[in-house]
Amino acid sequence: MSAPSWILLVAYLVVLLLLSWPLGIFLQRVADGDLPRWLRPLQGLESLLYRAAGVDSSHGMAWRQYAVGLLAFNVLGLVVTYALQRTQALLPLNPQGMAAVSPDSAFNTAVAFVTNTDWQGYAGEGTMSYLTQMLALTVQNFFSAATGIVVVIALIRGFVARSAGSLGNFWVDVTRTTLYVLLPLSMLFAVVLVQQGTPQNLSPYAIVDTLDVTAWQQPKIGPDGQPLQDAAGKPVLEGMQTRQQILAMGPVASQEAIKMLGTNGGGFFNANSAHPYENPTPLANVLQMLAIFLIPAALVFMFGRMVGDRRQGLAVLAAMTVMFVLATSVVTVQEQQGNPLIASLGADQTASTLQSGGNMEGKEARFGIAASSLFAAVTTAASCGAVNAMHDSFTPLGGAVPLVLMQLGEVVFGGVGSGLYTMLIFAILAVFVAGLMIGRTPEYLGKKIEIHEMKMTSIAILVTPVLVLAGTAIAVLADAGKAGIANPGAHGFSEILYAFTSAGNNNGSAFAGLSANTPFYNALLALVMWFGRFGVIVPVLAIAGSLAAKKRIPVSAGTLPTHGALFVGLLIGTVLLVGLLNYVPALALGPVVEHFMLWHAK
Amino acid sequence: MKGLIRPVLVVFLALSVLTGIAYPLLVTLVARVAFPVQAAGSLLMRGGKPVGSTLIGQNFSDPKYFWGRPSATSPQPYNALNSGGSNLGPLNPALAEAVRARIEVLRAADPANAAPVPVDLVTASASGLDPHLSIAGARFQVARVARVRGLPADQVQRLVDRTAQPRQPGLPGEPTVNVLLLNLALDEAAMPQR
Repeated sequence: MSAPSWILLVAYLVVLLLLSWPLGIFLQRVADGDLPRWLRPLQGLESLLYRAAGVDSSHGMAWRQYAVGLLAFNVLGLVVTYALQRTQALLPLNPQGMAAVSPDSAFNTAVAFVTNTDWQGYAGEGTMSYLTQMLALTVQNFFSAATGIVVVIALIRGFVARSAGSLGNFWVDVTRTTLYVLLPLSMLFAVVLVQQGTPQNLSPYAIVDTLDVTAWQQPKIGPDGQPLQDAAGKPVLEGMQTRQQILAMGPVASQEAIKMLGTNGGGFFNANSAHPYENPTPLANVLQMLAIFLIPAALVFMFGRMVGDRRQGLAVLAAMTVMFVLATSVVTVQEQQGNPLIASLGADQTASTLQSGGNMEGKEARFGIAASSLFAAVTTAASCGAVNAMHDSFTPLGGAVPLVLMQLGEVVFGGVGSGLYTMLIFAILAVFVAGLMIGRTPEYLGKKIEIHEMKMTSIAILVTPVLVLAGTAIAVLADAGKAGIANPGAHGFSEILYAFTSAGNNNGSAFAGLSANTPFYNALLALVMWFGRFGVIVPVLAIAGSLAAKKRIPVSAGTLPTHGALFVGLLIGTVLLVGLLNYVPALALGPVVEHFMLWHAK
Repeated sequence: MKGLIRPVLVVFLALSVLTGIAYPLLVTLVARVAFPVQAAGSLLMRGGKPVGSTLIGQNFSDPKYFWGRPSATSPQPYNALNSGGSNLGPLNPALAEAVRARIEVLRAADPANAAPVPVDLVTASASGLDPHLSIAGARFQVARVARVRGLPADQVQRLVDRTAQPRQPGLPGEPTVNVLLLNLALDEAAMPQR
């Protein structure tokens, strides 16, 4: 890795820790209902809302009640997001006159945004009205983030509680998270993004007169709306030219801010954070990467404070950081090395003071290799899925790292809330494995881990690999699945594997060559996203409920300490072993084969 | 179940209005007051008419202009209504073929130039709207642009250097040139002195 790449990575981590540590303190106070004084004015609004909703904010919920409230809230989100897309042509704030989204695409998109996946089968600037972007997609960016955060808060309460029946109140948790955490941070970040150049308006698209003429050829369309074909069956091309460019506009910054802070990742435009309006400058890019990890890292600090032992949080943070640095260095080295086939054609891929060099296909000049590689690692380590470069055009191993980071279960910082609750599930598994080795009853944070918890842990850990591998298998067997492939050979398989990995782990990034906006992929990926989200959340809440009911046992000589280097190693080992082994055969068929073909294609 | 319907409807509605209407409108208001140019898309005006945005690249194919990154948008390059990359995998023969063809066009436009071609000049950007080119990519084209325009090469070189944003020590960023700004400066330099 080059010096600028290392400087970027180290500076990024230092600033991240400096920002997330105080935020973690704040999150703990919000979670415990101990609000700082300057937030008191907003509390009037909060209690007004509870009165209107008939919520008794002091009423604690058992885990089933908590889960039912959470599911109802998310199902309603699904219905509303679908309905808004289907009726957008009749609604206001639609200056470009966007038509209703097709039923299968609208369903897929609704599931994608409710589950915090934000998989995009559509191109934003050609599909969604401003109202849909705001009231359907931006809202779900907030709600899905809040959902993840409240689940991890409930799980931590399960560890902290002593023989209690309640995990807290879902309505209170979701309201406070949105009102006191997500909204103020988004407001601040959105304005910073506008300063950097991200548009924020409700105007129609701007038409500009370009300096040079653009000429191109496109298939001629016959009177029946189908492309015309000549006698040989080839499409008839017609020459076109224009001196105009139409620039897509919209309330971009407000959506961009929560897209990052909530690890959602659904872009306003098709090119996502590669689009110069979404991510205008190298500084904006660094801020976006910080925004992705900010809350996941702060939640780890919050966790340490809530369980009353900050070292527990630091141990988890250390495990995450080690895996993250390893992953980033592999992507950066691979992408900087470039593509041997392109080098052999006479292109110069060497890094210098005049160019970033490396594998620049599908990357933006202002980000180059270092900031594109770091972004790719950040966005897939967290379940964000925003992209500032096209992962489909990465080198085989450079593209394998995002794939692997998702397959680990999105626990390397991970999604807001979901990253930490999944990591804590891995921690439970790690102490269970250690308990078997030393012949003790496993315990974590003073709670005995018994049969019921291990059953639920197994479900939570196995549900995603099953969905991902079964989905991939169905798609490579079905003609409708194979029809979507864009690149030949092993890479085509990787495109499908990536799509299901991304959906099952609620990431949302893609090997975007895959044509996934078809009824087949829209339906299958929607199912994988839904069960990949709630198939984990429900068992996690069940674990929280059963832990809450247990006594806290004091630390004894037989307790395995869960804050030292030994535990960090054990945790990393468990994540790698369980997370990765499931996928080794699939990875061998995709990126690994492609790597050897690329470097030995002489 | 009875105790569920009212909270879910009311909390959902209230928070939707707050995050989906109040929040974006408030940001729009603040943006328009504090940063009106950026909020409207950083449009570049010449003679009262918009000629582009500093953030969005344009297609250049005339040899008298600096060419930017290849764009994979469809149907035409630099189509700002359909941003995106080529998504060609590293082994895809179509990628090697596209790069080979682009190198050929660059060589044909400037046969005297035997320097290796900077990679970003022959590979498609992620957005298809990349406003930038590496400084190496701009320098590669100086001789051609100067010859076609009948300008001294060192004058064109000075324009490139003035537009260029080199890497700043300690700050994020890559060495780049904004192609549209460079070409606008070029057109203005070529105009007769008033």
